[in-house]
Amino acid sequence: MNDEPSLSCPLPDDGRDGEISLAHGEGGRLTRELLRDLLAPLQNEHLVSLPDGATLTASSEQLVFTTDSYVVTPLFFPGGDIGSLAVFGTANDLAVSGARPRWLSLSLIIEERFSKRELARIVASIAQAALTTNVQIVTGDTKVVPRGAADRLFINTAGIGELTLPTPGPGKLEEGDRILVTGPIGQHGLAVLIAREGLGLDPVPVSDSASLWPAVDALRDAGIQVKAMRDATRGGVAAVLHEWADACSQTLVLEAEAIPIRPTCRGACELLGLDPLHIACEGTMVVAVADKEADKALRVLRDVAVSHSAVEIGSVVERRIAPVAIRRSLGQLVPLDEPTGAPLPRIC
Amino acid sequence: MKYVDEYRNPQICRRLVAEIRASASRCYTIMEVCGGQTHGLLMHGIDQELDGVIELLHGPGCPVCVTPAEDIDFAISLCQRERFTVVTFGDMLRVPGTTLSLREARARGGDVRLVYSPLDAVQLAKSDPSREFVFFAVGFETTTPATALAVQQAASLGLENFSMIVAHVRVQPAMEAIMDADACRVEAFLAAGHVCTVNGYASYDRFAERYRVPVVVTGFEPVDLLGGILSCVLQLEQGVAKVENRYERSVHHAGNIEALRVVDETYAICDQPWRGLGKIPNGGLRLRDHWRQFDAAQKFSRVAMPIVEPTPCRSGDVLTGRIRPTECEYFGRECTQDTPLGAPMVSSEGACAAYARHARQRV
Repeated sequence: MNDEPSLSCPLPDDGRDGEISLAHGEGGRLTRELLRDLLAPLQNEHLVSLPDGATLTASSEQLVFTTDSYVVTPLFFPGGDIGSLAVFGTANDLAVSGARPRWLSLSLIIEERFSKRELARIVASIAQAALTTNVQIVTGDTKVVPRGAADRLFINTAGIGELTLPTPGPGKLEEGDRILVTGPIGQHGLAVLIAREGLGLDPVPVSDSASLWPAVDALRDAGIQVKAMRDATRGGVAAVLHEWADACSQTLVLEAEAIPIRPTCRGACELLGLDPLHIACEGTMVVAVADKEADKALRVLRDVAVSHSAVEIGSVVERRIAPVAIRRSLGQLVPLDEPTGAPLPRIC
Repeated sequence: MKYVDEYRNPQICRRLVAEIRASASRCYTIMEVCGGQTHGLLMHGIDQELDGVIELLHGPGCPVCVTPAEDIDFAISLCQRERFTVVTFGDMLRVPGTTLSLREARARGGDVRLVYSPLDAVQLAKSDPSREFVFFAVGFETTTPATALAVQQAASLGLENFSMIVAHVRVQPAMEAIMDADACRVEAFLAAGHVCTVNGYASYDRFAERYRVPVVVTGFEPVDLLGGILSCVLQLEQGVAKVENRYERSVHHAGNIEALRVVDETYAICDQPWRGLGKIPNGGLRLRDHWRQFDAAQKFSRVAMPIVEPTPCRSGDVLTGRIRPTECEYFGRECTQDTPLGAPMVSSEGACAAYARHARQRV
């Protein structure tokens, strides 16, 4: 707690003790208090003196740097919240780039009158997610904006990781390569949609929000030559495959029967008229490997908690009818369309 | 998953395809009425599977596609008024009106909100008496019971800030218009399963008899659709034209009697302009006089605007099966899912969107 001698008059805080006020963002005592109290769970050696920048020592020559902003609504949803999402999401962008996530920055843009209790819950969730992912929050910023200028809370995280598993990328995909997915798809987008709309489905789909680094690390450890990896966030698996197909000018063929979808998710998608292949995941990635490596890669992935239900869902063939095609019940190959616009806005 | 997997069973699908091929002595032209059926047929590749045996014509059953542009314009004008909110299903958002879509109007500051149920619109009105809430009631008979209930609920709550733009359409008059048109090639209909869930299929008996055309009610899964096509083929081979129900798990002969009662209490049949098709006698519904305080057109003095079709979109030809989406000169060129010239390219039930999604690359 604040151990400074209290010589000055306390600043007015609108009389709303449980809420963030504009004064919390103005750089004075309230700002320092906010940082000390609420950000305490994040403490590490880099944050002790709250410097303007963090000095870091990397053990790899090649670093990967990424950033992402989180504007999900609602802030809390089954399986996660905006805080854990802001850690896992950015760490996963590093992981699928083949980098071990090491350091994150954390910027909070808070709407005036946001609940301190909720903020504390979110910060605790950020701390927990950072611990699980083994990343440090090393620098950050807090801004408070007037009511109506933001929707409760926005978070930006930037991340630095050390490159350990460079991949040739989707441009090098060739005929015969196989496409794996590390778990059931569509969970995150649906969990958020259902929480937001209060659709009252039972049981509810739960977000898959989680760190993918253990899965990537296991592939590296086993010496698997991964050709391409991507977490299937906005636009879902279909968006990833379309990007890959464009990069390699081949056709990616999916087997509908093989695609893992939990019954709760499938039921909700049928009901709402959504295609699970278009729905965002936050702890599931698509991996492409050469034919001869696929079985080993699957064994390795299945030994890791986050990817224990990894399966093969398709393969790369010579460009035929469409960039991405899917074989459904009749055995006909049908083009799989690219998601156009977001059916579910603000899911991350 | 029950009620899904058994209707996508590959063995049953293949058996039905083989039966259709074995039964058809020539190529038949069948129209599926509903856009949901169109998407099912293309998504599962049934049109490819039956190529040369069955020619599928895609029908008018996309309510968003046939909603007149001037109704959208009216909704847009209301959403831009001070303290007004237009509430709609997500599908209506991207459909172009004369100059704008509701989504574009929202981006320019209009208040447009999406709901999954018309009753949610009533709840919105109840929770904020300071605003005027206008629900955009579109859809075939399938959605009419829910919008009728919304009106009745708003009345029982005594809400004075709730009203509806009623653009409901009735499917059978459109089927009659298609059969009455010159050079109609339809030899059999797959009737829309969800419309029949509400309406039943008794009214098709006279239709089938009058036009000598088989009508088979189907669902939307591949086994449903193939079963329906097989029934059509068998009837055509035997030279009979009757009504069959291949969607027994959902549809009963008399329909949903309670739902029909609520609809009848609330709505009266009227002539209705259909986008791309023109005015269809008895083709729509209006609120009965008893509920006129909930009719946005009366409440906000809607001025009748001349019908101006703003684009060269050939939706009328597509919706009546005169051309396939891919035969339209704009398809995939000027008209894409990102830059739609007309509603059938936008709606999740639109035939052009079905081709763009599931079949574009195989053209």
